[in-house]
Amino acid sequence: MPFHTVTLEHILFLAAILFTLGIVGLFINRKNVIVLLMCLEIMLLAVNINFVAISSFSGDIMGQIFTLFIFAVAAAEVAIGLAILTLFFRNRGSVEIDDADVMKG
Amino acid sequence: MLADLLFLLFGGTLLLAGLGVITARNPMYCVLFMVLAFVNATALFVLLGAEFLGLLLLMVYVGAIAVMFLFVIMTIDIDFAVLKEGFATYLPIGALLAALLLIELIAAIKGGLFSGVATTPSEISDKPDIIRIGEVLFTDYALPFQLIGLILLVAMVGSIVLTHRRRPEVKRQDVAAQIARKKEDSMTMTSPKAGAGVRKSLFNPKNVEK
Repeated sequence: MPFHTVTLEHILFLAAILFTLGIVGLFINRKNVIVLLMCLEIMLLAVNINFVAISSFSGDIMGQIFTLFIFAVAAAEVAIGLAILTLFFRNRGSVEIDDADVMKG
Repeated sequence: MLADLLFLLFGGTLLLAGLGVITARNPMYCVLFMVLAFVNATALFVLLGAEFLGLLLLMVYVGAIAVMFLFVIMTIDIDFAVLKEGFATYLPIGALLAALLLIELIAAIKGGLFSGVATTPSEISDKPDIIRIGEVLFTDYALPFQLIGLILLVAMVGSIVLTHRRRPEVKRQDVAAQIARKKEDSMTMTSPKAGAGVRKSLFNPKNVEK
């Protein structure tokens, strides 16, 4: 990995901006749960980039092991989330968060 | 030098794709932007020397998760134009909180939170990273490795149970009833007279009225 001027900080900045983009996406896509799940994926991707970058720069493989676990949990989360979304759409005919008010919490 | 330029290229495209995910009007474009983001992240992982994880990202996210998103978007039938209402309403507070978070993150990075980590890449090990991952994963982390398998199994069973529905109009095969059938239940032997034929009264299996 022959980086000359790119340091760890640059990669961490990239991941921080990507994470912030995911947060903004959570705010501006309040209606559509599908896009909310995608924003969560973007945030997880930013975290994974951090893990891999630090693992690579410090020469410790543990970061990559952790990334592997995050992949598995993210896949499980998306599967369950989309299943609930499909069920919700079948019952209510909508994917808006504001329609999920049957319990009036 | 080439790696630096590639980092700029892939990192910039990654950020643009992330911006596309959160601003695109059609969720279909959101998924395609997400695929673009994941492909660029794969390139970054490979640049960082994590080839196995890069290819795993491509397989898991592009091959499975993005396809699952596309499948759900195509399955459900909604008016996506309505879903973008409130876009401008929440933009100010979202942008404000995001700016605060970004400032905090940059302050944390600049403040030497990671000063213990070398700022230049460590020398590449002579072993491929997949071997180094395997050496740790199958020894020290064997139990967590089994546990993520369990998590994936629970997720699979859970999503099937959640989305499965029994529709009464669909004729299903009842295996137990098929196996429990006996010869006497459904068959009768008769010897009709010549020219008389088999009348309905002759056909009287024991359990057919059930």
